[in-house]
Formats: sequence, structure tokens, C-alpha cells
Amino acid sequence: MSKIHVETTINGEPMEFLANPGESLLDALRNTLNLTGTKEGCGSGDCGACTVIIDGRMTCSCLVLAVEAGGHEITTIEGIAQGDTLHPIQQKFLENAALQCGFCTPGFIVATKALLDKNPNPTETEIRFWLAGNLCRCTGYDKIVRAVQDAAAEMRGG
Amino acid sequence: MPSLNYVAPTTVSDAVKILADASGPTRVLSGGTDLLVQLRAGRISPELIVDTKKIPGIMGITGSAAEGFTIGAATTGAELGDHQALKAAYPGVVEAANLIGSKQVQGRASLAGNLCNASPAADSVPAVIAAGGTVTIAGPSGTRTAPAESIVTGPGRTSLAKGEFIVSFHLPAIKGKTSDAYLRFIPRTEMDIAVVGCGVSITVDAGGTITAAKISLGAVAPTQVPVDASCIIGTKLDDAALAKLDAAAQAMCNPIDDKRGTIEFRTKVAGVLARRTAKIAYDRAGAR
Repeated sequence: MSKIHVETTINGEPMEFLANPGESLLDALRNTLNLTGTKEGCGSGDCGACTVIIDGRMTCSCLVLAVEAGGHEITTIEGIAQGDTLHPIQQKFLENAALQCGFCTPGFIVATKALLDKNPNPTETEIRFWLAGNLCRCTGYDKIVRAVQDAAAEMRGG
Repeated sequence: MPSLNYVAPTTVSDAVKILADASGPTRVLSGGTDLLVQLRAGRISPELIVDTKKIPGIMGITGSAAEGFTIGAATTGAELGDHQALKAAYPGVVEAANLIGSKQVQGRASLAGNLCNASPAADSVPAVIAAGGTVTIAGPSGTRTAPAESIVTGPGRTSLAKGEFIVSFHLPAIKGKTSDAYLRFIPRTEMDIAVVGCGVSITVDAGGTITAAKISLGAVAPTQVPVDASCIIGTKLDDAALAKLDAAAQAMCNPIDDKRGTIEFRTKVAGVLARRTAKIAYDRAGAR
């Protein structure tokens, strides 16, 4: 089958591209649209490195077909900062040294954005359960949790 | 390798026609959280993927505790978790759906996908069965309704005929003091596959005596298995009733022996989980 034409919205911008029927949204983002901030870790929905937000729900872009993106609104890591100004979540990840190699970081930041959009004042337990689908092999998670707490406080105006 | 086609019909009748006319291996796509993994791993090589999500009503929840709920087949676990009325009426079904994978997976995964993937360890399935859930199935000869427990026939196998797919789930109206619960055993706290899962629905009278109960176990046999609930009916779930329930649950087990649990372990845990889940459902029913 020939490629399918997909019209979607990514980070607020209308986008169109061609996708093979079995291609994942992750592959389309990275290889076709050059949005390489979204990372491929496991490719099976276990590690969360490819987390994106689709119509307000976060999901692993490796578990979505690119052709399913048609007509939906997608937010990737590239859509989190405002131009050159980092989002408070990104700033707090930096300040708390909540990353080492950084490979998992885009997924954590997008997942944190989805959490704080839904729950501006999560408990530590809520943060840890929410982020259970994001794996980090460097930090031991504590600094990530603190960064999320700091970002939440700042975004609440604390 | 034959090429893969993708179609997203916008009506139930179009979807049925496409599925019925398909000549090669075909897969129905709802959330895709199992399908894409199997596709990528090469465990399946369909020639056609039929995405149901463009069909109106395939996602969403209607109804109430008083009239029962209809849940579109591809409704996400996240949406179930956000629906306060459903959560209040069927806490067991919602807690089971919200144990599937991560929050990311719950943003896509659906009840129909969890059921039709037909894993013995599927979390939502024992909960839906215990709750008395039924499914509406569209097919070439029209629409039919079936109990949720009639769908899975073995690991990866369902009773759906060619051309058929699940359109919606129905959970019955809550009558009197009825509630449900789901527990699973995993070696960690999140992101794992059930070693044993247990769904229980219990109805009590004003005095706290059980008048009806339905229990389903997962991951202890090739399909979900029912547990004979007669041993707790007419009781207040005292220790003697719980001991009988434990034995009744263990009697239904025919599990595999693998790295996550031996036959002996899974069987024992099934009894323990049946007791614990029944207690939660009993307390919730009493609090109605």
C-alpha cells in the first residue's frame, strides 16, 4: 500500500506528512518531521522516553501509528518551552540536576507537563506513581521527584 | 512480505463489511498498546489494520449507576479513571483498568483491546466479568450481546467470528447495596503483569448479609475462571466463609509455572487474593 497522507497539529502548528501504514508516530516524528527530541528507548511502551501528549492525554508515541495522528493535537518536547524561554519544568530539572545522560529527560518532562496540567499540587506518592512509566537509569529518581515538586510550586505561584 | 494496509471506517457497518471481506490476516485496532508491540516484534504480520476509533460512539461513557453504563469499546483507561460516576458505581472495574501498564499506556489502552488481546493475565477482564459486564458485538449477521466471560477462549484466542468486533461494554444498573473490587498480585508496585488477578462483586442486604456475589480469577488458568460464590452467600463474610472462599478459589486454579510464580505459589495467592478482594467489595457494598 502506498503512503498515507496525514494532516495533524503538532505543538500548535498544522503539519502534514506521508506515513507508511505500519509506521509508528515516534518514527514519523523523528525521521519524517525531524522532531528528534522525542527519544526511542524500548519501542514497546515500557520506558516512556517517547512520551507525547495527544489531545490532552499522554501516551507513548511508539504505541501509536503515525496514521492515527490525523485530526489530533500532539504536544512533543519541542512544544514545551516558549521560544528561547525554558518552561518552569525544564528549568527545575536543570536546577535540581534531575538528569545525567539526559536520554529519558524529554519523556519525563512531557509526562510531568501532563501531570501538572491535571493536578497542579501532586503529592510525592502521586508523582512517583504517575512517573512509574518513565524509566531513568542514572538519577535514582529522587532528584526528578524534587524537580517536579519545585516546578509544581513555581507554577502554582509559590 | 505482504504489504500492510490501514483503514479507519467511520461507521459500524463499514467496519463489519471491511472485516468480513478481508482475505488475509486482519487486526482490529483500538488503543494499540498490545497490537503495536506485537507488530514491531514480528509476532503478527497482518495485511490489514482496521482502526475503529473513527466510529462515532466507540469512545466515551454514557449512562448512570441507576440505569447502568455503556462504555465505548475503545474508551481509554484514563477516561474511565476520570469519570467520577463510573468510578463511584464500579470502583473495581476502574481500578483494574487503571492498573494496566503505565499512565502512558492507560492514555490509549481500552477495555476491548484488553479483552480481545485475550491474555490470561489481563487486568480489566476479571473485574468486568465480576461486575456482570456484557459486550455488544457487531458482525455480518447483525448485532449480538454476550457476557464478557464468553469472549476469551484461550491465550490470544477469542470467540469472535470473522467480521465481528466489539462495539461497546455494558455494566448493569447498580441494584441495592452492591459494589466491586479488583486486586492483583505483582512482585513490585507498578508496571507489571498480574501473577494472579481477582475481581469480586458483592451485594449485601440492610443487615450486611451477602445476597449475591460474582468472582473471577485471572492469570491462574488459560482463561479467566469463575469461583463458586455460594460459600459466601448468606454469610457476613466471617472467617469461616472466607476460609471456604479461599479453598473455592484455589480449586479453580490451573496455572502455568514460570519465573513470576510457581503453580503452588499462584494457587495459594489466588486464595489469599479472593479473600482480600471479597473483603474490600463487601465493605464497599455495606457502605452504599
